[in-house]
Amino acid sequence: MNTVARSERWSGYALLTVMAIAVVIPFLSVFLASLQPAGTPVVGLSWPERWNWDNYETAWSVAGFSDLIRHSLVIAVGVVPACLVLAALAGYALGTMKLPGGNAVAAFFIAGLTIPVELIVVPLYFDLRALGLTNSYLGVILVEIALFMPFSVFWMRTHFLSTPTSLVEAARIDGASSATILVRILLPLARPSLMTLGLLVFMWSWNQFLLVLVLIQDTTKHTAPAGLGFFVGQNSTDIPTLAAGTIIVMLPILILFVVFQRSFIAGLLQGAMKG
Amino acid sequence: MGSRPPVRSGEARRRWRGYVYVLPAFAVYFAFAVLPALHTAYLSLFEWDGVTLGEWVGLGNYAEIFQDSILRRSVFNALVLVVFFSLVPIVLGLLSAGLLARYRRPGMGAYRFLFMLPQVVPLVAVGVTWRWLYGDDGVVNQTLRAVGLDSVARAWLGDFDAALIAVGLVGTWVLSGLCMMLFLSGVQKVEPSLYEAARIDGAGPVREFVSVTLPHLRGELAVAMTVTTVAALASFDIVYVTTNGGPGEQTTVPGLLVYRLAFSEGKVGLAAALAVVLGVLILAIVYLINRLSRDRT
Repeated sequence: MNTVARSERWSGYALLTVMAIAVVIPFLSVFLASLQPAGTPVVGLSWPERWNWDNYETAWSVAGFSDLIRHSLVIAVGVVPACLVLAALAGYALGTMKLPGGNAVAAFFIAGLTIPVELIVVPLYFDLRALGLTNSYLGVILVEIALFMPFSVFWMRTHFLSTPTSLVEAARIDGASSATILVRILLPLARPSLMTLGLLVFMWSWNQFLLVLVLIQDTTKHTAPAGLGFFVGQNSTDIPTLAAGTIIVMLPILILFVVFQRSFIAGLLQGAMKG
Repeated sequence: MGSRPPVRSGEARRRWRGYVYVLPAFAVYFAFAVLPALHTAYLSLFEWDGVTLGEWVGLGNYAEIFQDSILRRSVFNALVLVVFFSLVPIVLGLLSAGLLARYRRPGMGAYRFLFMLPQVVPLVAVGVTWRWLYGDDGVVNQTLRAVGLDSVARAWLGDFDAALIAVGLVGTWVLSGLCMMLFLSGVQKVEPSLYEAARIDGAGPVREFVSVTLPHLRGELAVAMTVTTVAALASFDIVYVTTNGGPGEQTTVPGLLVYRLAFSEGKVGLAAALAVVLGVLILAIVYLINRLSRDRT
């Protein structure tokens, strides 16, 4: 290669590296702040004199992040399996059967990708309150399932569209019912798609803020992000404890991300492509 | 038992039967997303405090949105945020994709991991982190002071001129990685022979980018624009945590006002109308981007 190309390649890497540093510094900054002695003023990026993990204990027990994490998990455990099951069923029918008007129904689901929480949250509060579903996890769970359904159905439909039709045809000729075909043949093959969808839905559920803020006004029932948002208003002066709380709220999703990097990134990129 | 139904109608019934599988998903989606959206549109036609009986005002709430300076300001702010959430990340992404277009890239996995990090953590946590970075003693001011720019240092989120830009840059931080990865993965799909051909024709790096790389990224470009623009328009989490709209109304966005109007100011109808405006804006922009990107291919 000539020198021009080489300098170009290096400028490419230089740009990527500068950006990588810019991405890391905020994380590093909040992490280092979380290790400073509680209640002390912290200046920028400063290495703690000794690693002080007490803030995590304080945030976990005193500031109540253990409860907040638990509430978030309860909601995610309600949302993720329901999304997977409902989307697999709908995606199966819309992807492999020639339903009359099937394309229109699929399009109606996809249109839902443009619904922001802001558009639905106001009447939801009043409607769910009338049903006794405010300050309840069930209410949040149902709405989150509905919000994530457009993407989930689209994702599973795309998956089933790409499975070879000969597989389904052969089973049908053997006399298998549509339910048998789904459970015995297609679902085992769909495992990677289901797992990626599960990770994405878990992430969206975990990160949900506005919806929880409105539907769960009882702060003792808040989820992790809502609790953190509330906590920052109350304790904005105690930076180390606040930083520890922030890390605690990020941690579950970061762990999943580290473990399932490939599925996560592929899902985010493909998901964006399909959205 | 009667006679067997004709084959055709039996066949038709069998085709409809597949809807049994679609029904549960459809029911939840319809009841908890579509109906509320329609209900919002209905509520937007009333003046209602959430408690007493509402009063029909037709399109009055919409008229108020166009007249009220704070409401107009929020829509304007959201459009400014589009520059930082969408335009800047896309330019950065194109720049890096352009620079790296023609090479096999060892070590991309590590970059990819880092760039996607801001995508996966809750925006509330991002907001809290940046609140601290932008604070008096935060990293931003620390850096400025270290390089002798003491006069520039300030409480960024409380500064009338700087707050909106500061909030916008948080969006840049969150969304640049996604744009980059989209473009880099798009570039990897380009046939290397196309670059060779361009080079034989004597194309320089800029020419090569314009006539080989860019046309191949059209689909990714449309996607990046859609995702980031929607993120900018519906930017509630970051703003709520960092500035809550302040100072003054410098960083107010529609999402914040929908929340505030409906749940602390008792103007439910007005909040609903603003939500509808926001929803229509998003729908229009998504439609436009997809339309434009499809026309050209």
